[in-house]
Amino acid sequence: MREELRTLRARTLAELLNAGTEEELLEIRTRCLGRKGLLTGLLRNIASVPPEERPEFGQECNEVKEILSARIDELLAALASAKRQEVLLGERLDITLPGRGVRHGRLHPVTQVKEEICRIFSGLGFSVVEGPEVELDYYNFEALNIPKDHPAREMQDTFYVEDDIVLRTHTSPVQVRIMEKVKPPVRVISPGRVYRRDSDVSHTPMFHQIEGLLVDRGISLGDLKGVLTAFLKQVFGEDTALRFRPSFFPFTEPSAEVDIRCVMCGGRGCRVCGQSGWLEILGSGMVDPEVFRNVGYDAEEFTGFAFGLGLERIAMLKFGISDIRLFFDNEMRFLEQF
Amino acid sequence: MLVSLEWLRDYVDVDVPPEELAERLTMAGLEVDSLAGSGPAFRGVRVARINSVQPHPDADNLSVCEVTTGEATYPVVCGAKNISAGDIVPLAPAGAALPGGLAVRSTKIRGELSEGMLCSEAELGVGEDASGIMLLPSDLTLGKELADVLALTDTVLDIGVTPNRPDCLSVIGIAREWAAISGKKVRYPSLAVQESNQDISEIAAVSIEDADLCPRYSARIIKGVKIGPSPFWMRRRLEKAGLRPINNIVDVTNFVMVEMGQPLHAFDLNFLDENRIVVRRAREGERFVSLDGKERTLRADTLMICDGVKPVAIGGVMGGLNSEVRPDTETVFLEGAYFNPSSIRRTSRALAMGTDAAFRFERGIDPEGVLRALNRAAGLMAELSGGEVLANAIDRYPRKVETARDIPLRCGRVRDILGAEVPSGEIVRILESLEMEVAQDGSEESFRVTPPTFRVDIAREIDLIEEIARLHGYDLVPVTMPAVSVAAGITDKKRTVEQRVREIMAGAGYGEVINYSFVAPQAVDQLSLDGADERRRQVEIRNPLSEEQAVMRTTMIYSLLLNAKRNAAAGRFDLKIFETGRTFIRSEEGRLPQESNRLACLITGLRYEDRWHSRKLRADFFDLKGCVENILDALRIPAPSFRADVREAFLHPGKSCGVFCGDRQIGFLGEVHPDVLARLDLTGTIVACELDMDLLAQHYTGKAQFRSLPRFPSSSRDVAFLVRRETEAGELIRLATDFHKELLEKVQIFDVYEGKNLPAGMKSLGLRFSYRSAEGTLTDEKVNEIHARIVQEIVHSTGASIR
Repeated sequence: MREELRTLRARTLAELLNAGTEEELLEIRTRCLGRKGLLTGLLRNIASVPPEERPEFGQECNEVKEILSARIDELLAALASAKRQEVLLGERLDITLPGRGVRHGRLHPVTQVKEEICRIFSGLGFSVVEGPEVELDYYNFEALNIPKDHPAREMQDTFYVEDDIVLRTHTSPVQVRIMEKVKPPVRVISPGRVYRRDSDVSHTPMFHQIEGLLVDRGISLGDLKGVLTAFLKQVFGEDTALRFRPSFFPFTEPSAEVDIRCVMCGGRGCRVCGQSGWLEILGSGMVDPEVFRNVGYDAEEFTGFAFGLGLERIAMLKFGISDIRLFFDNEMRFLEQF
Repeated sequence: MLVSLEWLRDYVDVDVPPEELAERLTMAGLEVDSLAGSGPAFRGVRVARINSVQPHPDADNLSVCEVTTGEATYPVVCGAKNISAGDIVPLAPAGAALPGGLAVRSTKIRGELSEGMLCSEAELGVGEDASGIMLLPSDLTLGKELADVLALTDTVLDIGVTPNRPDCLSVIGIAREWAAISGKKVRYPSLAVQESNQDISEIAAVSIEDADLCPRYSARIIKGVKIGPSPFWMRRRLEKAGLRPINNIVDVTNFVMVEMGQPLHAFDLNFLDENRIVVRRAREGERFVSLDGKERTLRADTLMICDGVKPVAIGGVMGGLNSEVRPDTETVFLEGAYFNPSSIRRTSRALAMGTDAAFRFERGIDPEGVLRALNRAAGLMAELSGGEVLANAIDRYPRKVETARDIPLRCGRVRDILGAEVPSGEIVRILESLEMEVAQDGSEESFRVTPPTFRVDIAREIDLIEEIARLHGYDLVPVTMPAVSVAAGITDKKRTVEQRVREIMAGAGYGEVINYSFVAPQAVDQLSLDGADERRRQVEIRNPLSEEQAVMRTTMIYSLLLNAKRNAAAGRFDLKIFETGRTFIRSEEGRLPQESNRLACLITGLRYEDRWHSRKLRADFFDLKGCVENILDALRIPAPSFRADVREAFLHPGKSCGVFCGDRQIGFLGEVHPDVLARLDLTGTIVACELDMDLLAQHYTGKAQFRSLPRFPSSSRDVAFLVRRETEAGELIRLATDFHKELLEKVQIFDVYEGKNLPAGMKSLGLRFSYRSAEGTLTDEKVNEIHARIVQEIVHSTGASIR
């Protein structure tokens, strides 16, 4: 009997190895384990086993039953899973087709640069303020120490609305307006549109500037260098070499032009930097005492620095754009590149 | 300012390469924009002497010369007539190269051997004179390279002189700067004049009638001049300075202007009636023909140089045609003056005459340098034209031009401003290198400084500090971070709103554009704005670059429509764009316009770019309305609404609306009127909107308020109402919510249908009403009761029927 049990077990396992379909598996299950199955038959004949061996035989029968039953369940589950997999694969998508939904719009490259610069200066404790674009001659020129009939007016070709009203030629008038409103310490930047009567590959009649102003006790030219160095290294990279050189703006003294190593040629000299290896990036200087006098600040007690830079110029350098007019043509083929 | 290095070396030693000179000038504030090396266009031409000139045996118009370079003697056949034995001339021997690639060879001309070529200025490419062989000064060493003796190898620096530094608008000015930078000494040119016995006062007089505009007027007279071309060296230098040589008198005035910075003018005394000069203002409307041959109409504030009867020059700007030096001029009246800078600037601007003289006068010349320049020029004129200088100069100086003296300077202040420890010895050294007088004032740390009179830009302590900074070197100033007092930043709601709006629009797929703030004045006509519309109050620009940019925009829509047009022309018909910027409404004269921050958006073409998902979905009113709703929602604008009874002339009257916050209109939205599209040559459907961002910022609170989550379930009922087509869905919702606020949680529109199976002029609106109580679960009976009353109210008020 025990011999038969072993044979049944071995044969059935071999059959299961060859069974490929659900039907075959179910047939084997019925044949071996069913109510009238072979294993049940063996158990029913337990009487022919010597009494002392019966408990052991019964246990063996149950073991074989469990092994076969588990094996069949396992094979059935595998078959079901393969079948389901086949069905799901039949629903296969062409995943190379583009996804659905709204494509995000691009911010104008000038806005991107503006926001980056505003973020950097916010981090340095500067607030963002604004001023009018159509401006009084007083704020655009006179209060900034640029009197009428002064040659410095020639530095900027001006659009006039009335004798004493102009389109602002720079964001500097915001300096004066903010200082008229608040007492030091002042730490502001002011981005915005400015206008000059000029149009060619490197000039458009409208462009964007950011003005910066810091006034407090004990501010020095060294501090100007510190803040602008920190700023430019964030924009153009830690390794950017810069230089501060003397220049002239009527509303700052001493004044400094800030150059960075040409980002195109690395200083070897190229068309972009006019072979000089340097790129003019911003104008700056210590606020002229005359400007402080105009806004009622005590120039002995307070000192400060101001700076201004053109956003298009930064964007052109960062993105390698060669013609400033592209910024205002508003062609999607251009704008969608940024 | 173009500065020839060869010329500069007359006044100061330059022992560094041109690149280093340029770099150090730049770092001291004289920005060198470019360096242009120049050299001769020939090679191998030498200084030679003609030993003999013999007629050519076989040709009447040729001669055979024997020419020597000292080392060798050459036979040269030559056609020029202006040579004789003993002349020093340029010789291009066989093997030399002339401009244009011409190689000089040994050859036979009509049987006579010629082993080189004598050259004219034109043949050497150094001048225009082709009439004869170039005659060289007799003291030149034979055999030398011509390029060296003529100083043809040179570097010209183009220096951008800032408006505050008129003293640097001269070669000597640049020499002084280099001397201060490098520690060299300046060599000033000789001002000695050989004078004749006759005194200038015997034949000429000067009177100044307006000392405000002309504080100083001086003159010299040079008699017996012979007008001719200037020598080669002078012509060459003028050309390098960007000036055109004219004759040996005019050239000297220009030469001295470039050399010393003092503009001068030469009159032919013969044309000065009564032999005198009167300096006065013009009469309003007076006419005058300037040197350039143009007739000018003068204003009463123009300063004129006149003789006894008539004007002869526009003071400080340009001379007159009636008194200029001509080929037969014998007596030169040489003017040197100091004019009021503002006056010169007004005049040169008014007449659009930006001459070299005006450029210098309006920035401010050295008032004490007038006589020096006059003497320098008189000496040169006598030397070059063979004339003699009359004894003495006329020097009318009725109003002393004040220059700064004894400016107090505190060394502590220098250090505070620079943030650098500059020793007082270094401060004194720098100031003295700039020819300033420095006197101690009580302590070793304070001084009184008197700048030279040509430094018209220096009057205050801060001006001195700048000088110290730039010569000490900006790069020696240590980099520090400011120790600032902590202060709360200014929070700007406008900026927050602008940033949020940009994010939302970009997220919704709209690309940002930036348009010029100015448009064509016709924009308002193109948009059909009526006469009373405030957007017709355009700010006009007096001096626009073009008619397309002549007024400031009063709405942004026009610019966006032009963007659509431009992109359509580039083949791009599907467009979603937005812009944030300002519009400008004119105020009364003398006041600034009203500026308003705006958001404008435009959509046209396909709703989605990914055509394979939804190829036929074209953008319409509701696409943009969705964006506007999003913005209002994101900014938590209270009580937003859309009203069809508010119309814009340029929008489709049936497909547009006003956008409101409570009773306040904050913008508009709609399809652009087909007539406007036709006028602008645009096709398709374009939807646009414009919102006032200042008002958005005003109503923006940015605050969210938490409400408890509902604890009891809601219950909903769907109803389809059949209403007239013009009935607004919003009206139904408003009726429902007004009628019962307590338990009606929300009303949604789940279906809008018109067309088949419905009577003409009717539409079906499917509304879902949701009911909920905070107190407990609502019973069906309760919901049914309220719901019936709401539906009844709607039916009653709108005449709707239930489908």
